[in-house]
Amino acid sequence: MSSAMLNLILKATLDTLYMVGVSGLVAALLGVPLGVLLYITRPRQILAKPLTNQVLGVITNIGRSVPFIILMVAIIPFTRMIVGTSIGTNAAIVPLTIAAIPFVARLVEGALNEIPPGLIEAAQSMGATPYQIITKVLLPEAKSGIVTGLTITVVTLISYSAMAGAVGGGGLGDLGIRYGYNRFDPLIMLITVAILVVMVQGFQSLGDHLVRKADHK
Amino acid sequence: MIRLTNVSKTYGNGPTAIAALKNIDLHVPRGSIHGVIGLSGAGKSTLIRCVNLLERPTTGSVVVDGQELTTLSAAELNQARHQIGMIFQHFNLLASRTVFANIALPLELMGMDKVEIRDRVMPLLDLTGLEDKADKYPAELSGGQKQRVAIARALASRPKVLLCDEATSALDPQTTGSILELLQDINRKLGLTILLITHEMEVVKTICHRVGLISAGELVEEADVGDFFTAPRTRLGREFLNDFLELEPPKALVERLEEAAGEHTHPVVRLAFTGDAVSTPLVSRLARECGVDVSILQAKVESIQDRTLGLMIAELIGTPDKTREALAYLESHDLHVEVLGHVQRDA
Repeated sequence: MSSAMLNLILKATLDTLYMVGVSGLVAALLGVPLGVLLYITRPRQILAKPLTNQVLGVITNIGRSVPFIILMVAIIPFTRMIVGTSIGTNAAIVPLTIAAIPFVARLVEGALNEIPPGLIEAAQSMGATPYQIITKVLLPEAKSGIVTGLTITVVTLISYSAMAGAVGGGGLGDLGIRYGYNRFDPLIMLITVAILVVMVQGFQSLGDHLVRKADHK
Repeated sequence: MIRLTNVSKTYGNGPTAIAALKNIDLHVPRGSIHGVIGLSGAGKSTLIRCVNLLERPTTGSVVVDGQELTTLSAAELNQARHQIGMIFQHFNLLASRTVFANIALPLELMGMDKVEIRDRVMPLLDLTGLEDKADKYPAELSGGQKQRVAIARALASRPKVLLCDEATSALDPQTTGSILELLQDINRKLGLTILLITHEMEVVKTICHRVGLISAGELVEEADVGDFFTAPRTRLGREFLNDFLELEPPKALVERLEEAAGEHTHPVVRLAFTGDAVSTPLVSRLARECGVDVSILQAKVESIQDRTLGLMIAELIGTPDKTREALAYLESHDLHVEVLGHVQRDA
């Protein structure tokens, strides 16, 4: 294999890591608070706001129901507003992030839902404010569930990022499609898939390790 | 220390509304241990949650340590809750925190610094017998140890009141005993006022000074524990007591019991005696002074804290005049006498 080809594979790998890393990070920063908000505004919860809860729920569901490839194209004006361009790796990060935020939020909401209600009641009996309940009880107690959710998100983002080629985003998926599939080069195809498999395994193992560390049940 | 006045709690409204509590008046004096006993669904949990406003009463006033809680702002209520510790049936410890960090939680909430927290938590570990468990996680502890952690946590903010929500219901009898001992110890050492709810008479008998009986959201009876165990005034109170003492007349006898006295019947009585009556040889005196023979069908002696309670089911054998005289004699001796019925002599 030529060194040009190796460089191509290396660049594609870094592009994928870059896209997944940035979109995963931003999605976590925005998705975790959204998930907390979805949980605490439920009826009978610490900041019960049924209307807010329903509105947030509908928005989250819309975000989750639009197919990624359509989302990517549909939000091009928004992408241009954020990163100044609608093509390239940075342009792919915007739709990846937008798709991941509601995904993270629902997983976080589910993780919070696993916390026994008695813990919140106990914290309230100690005079905890809603903010203290979130930071001292909800997030620490749901930590392993949240890490599980973020791991799933990263793995999903790796697979979504394969579609980034549609907006010239590059990455391993794009390389595999253009060189492997379109040019009938089984070796390139195999290499890109193998790298993706290793990447997913790596993130999954890292996630599992962090979950084990966080889980004292 | 705790005073509930005319507290009612209704869930929902209109025709489907459910009244969980109806016009509850409850006073728990400083330093006492007050029990509220009732069957499940009677409103015990709602009642205890009204004291720290985890449940907000629909109407009525809740005063703890001279402070009316129902009119406080959210921030003021959180302050007031530092004075009211609470422990729960299922412990409600944070699985993500060690024993030390669980006990430290209420202090963190109060904004205490690390050094102060350490100074507070260490003696609590001693008090609750958890010196060697500070770095363990709740999952590594037994039920009794978990409840000890919960007690230490509830005491961390140095509350004046401790609320116990079925605190021993998930524990085995031995562990229950040791937790009750700890609560009693805390009550004596720290002068802490304790309000507990339970469905177990054993708990009331072991540590409570006074007891209230709750049924369908109403406090139907309230008495000193000694009185409640000798002579409950309500039917439900008697049912609780009989279940607890396992003192029911033998089945064969129950089938022969008749409500009305006849020519040739003898009364069957349940006698409950406390105080001086326990040490008086009443049975032989009945025979000697009233000329009545006493056939003891069942008997037992229970210690209710510092009082001794004697219980007996007996048949009084003699002529109607003599047995009447015997009953009067018994009643004059500070005994609680209940005529269960009458049996035919020859049967």
